[in-house]
Amino acid sequence: MRNLFPILTVVAAIFVIWYGAAVALNAPWAKDQAKRAGVELTFSELITETWRQKKPKLPAPHQVTAEIWKTTGEMVAKGRAFSKRSLIYHSWITLSATILGFVMGTGFGILLAIGIVYNRVMDMSVMPWVIASQTIPILAIAPMIIVVLNAVGISGLLPKAMISMYLSFFPVVVGMVKGLRSPDQMQLDQMHTWNATAGQQFWRLRLPSSMPFLFASLKVAMAASLVGAIVGELPTGAVAGLGARLLAGSYYGQTIQIWSALIMAAALAACLVAMIGAIQRMTLKRMGMVQ
Amino acid sequence: MEHGDVTKNTVISAKELSLTFQTNDGPVHALKDVSLDIHKGDFVSFIGPSGCGKTTFLRCMADLEHPTAGSITVNGVSAAEARKARAYGYVFQHAGLYPWRTIGGNISLPLEIMGYDKADQQDRIKRVLELVELEGFEKKFPWQLSGGMQQRASIARALAFDADILLMDEPFGALDEIVRDHLNEQLLHLWERTEKTIGFVTHSIPEAVYLSTKIVVMSPRPGRITDVIESTLPKDRPLDIRDSPEFLDIAHRVREGLRAGHAYD
Repeated sequence: MRNLFPILTVVAAIFVIWYGAAVALNAPWAKDQAKRAGVELTFSELITETWRQKKPKLPAPHQVTAEIWKTTGEMVAKGRAFSKRSLIYHSWITLSATILGFVMGTGFGILLAIGIVYNRVMDMSVMPWVIASQTIPILAIAPMIIVVLNAVGISGLLPKAMISMYLSFFPVVVGMVKGLRSPDQMQLDQMHTWNATAGQQFWRLRLPSSMPFLFASLKVAMAASLVGAIVGELPTGAVAGLGARLLAGSYYGQTIQIWSALIMAAALAACLVAMIGAIQRMTLKRMGMVQ
Repeated sequence: MEHGDVTKNTVISAKELSLTFQTNDGPVHALKDVSLDIHKGDFVSFIGPSGCGKTTFLRCMADLEHPTAGSITVNGVSAAEARKARAYGYVFQHAGLYPWRTIGGNISLPLEIMGYDKADQQDRIKRVLELVELEGFEKKFPWQLSGGMQQRASIARALAFDADILLMDEPFGALDEIVRDHLNEQLLHLWERTEKTIGFVTHSIPEAVYLSTKIVVMSPRPGRITDVIESTLPKDRPLDIRDSPEFLDIAHRVREGLRAGHAYD
């Protein structure tokens, strides 16, 4: 509860800046319209005008909220939660690619990390490639992945998930390499004195030691995975997903639609990261690592 | 008996043991021609300034370092074979308990690795916790214990499986004087009850004299043994034995040995 006040203060400040910016950015259009109609706008009229345009440069918060409600809550009320006009439907499309890509990326990242930690050749050779892979702009490589996979007959969810995986395996590799190497020499010596096998050393020492590192990585990976899924929806001229909503919105100048998709994506990311945070707390608590 | 002879009672025997590390500044002679026999039931302390190779020597016994010359046997076999046969328990300077395991879980860790069955594990946890006077702490996590209690738990862990040798590398070095006194007293009781052979690295003269039946004084550059003192103190040692003339005599001889090792530099 003591966190509530600062959070509300920040939210209030964001709203004030947002409304202010909407006035500043949308005023020229409103003035232009008034001039053509030959009417003179008072200051308060100008303000209300800037907050209710159909295609504003920057939609006001209440416009975005109304749009989001119209495409979620109202659709649910009408029993059409999964119609193509519903943001819930589009969010679900993006979410499924995000989760699949995240799971694949995490798995791939952990396997790579194990390889790097246990295999000297991989240790020397893999990391530069992993880092190089992330210096390529995802926007450049995403269409290639989609096209290539399409050519071999893979389309739909998987290509998008691949792009998510491409972005999300990286923080997992980096975090897990660090985590699996976090036991100190003394702990490794101790295992040696007990004549423990490599497997026992991995499951009983290295893996548990890496948990805090893993969860920190997973949070970054989840956010990256969502970005990957959205980016994956752009080049296909996708018909569904939050990325498709962004693209369609920008084609037709539907700024309100763009912003509601953006807000939805942000909310989704926040929920997903919070979910990992909850799993982290539960896991570490069960392990006795939080006090 | 000639030194280096493996008699029935010899548990650890080092002959002309040398260990040289190759570094960028040239070779470092961590150990040079070290010979020593440790007999069953001995409490042997290794004392000397840092760099004298006392820890390296202990680690050679534990097969954690590999000598470059000479030989070492533990229980009549090579150090590597002895390690594989789990001949010793090793206590490090830091307790090194796993934070995600309870005290009981930490003690059962080596037992799990060595394949003791569940019921046996429970019996052993109970027994060793009682030995180090930590009854009732089985379900606690390491962070709930003080530093001294954590170190006792780590000793319990080293005692849990059937090793007749206990190797301790400055186990109380990070603890304050008062806790250290108490743990020293406890360790003596424990040694008496379990009849283990103990190798103990320290750089505290009173600690070495109070605990040991045999004190090995070492000196650096190259690491070697300068004196081996057989203690004349009785087996039963209350803390105030440290004020007796006999104790002070031995302490004096240790100090002389340490000074002799330093004389040339």
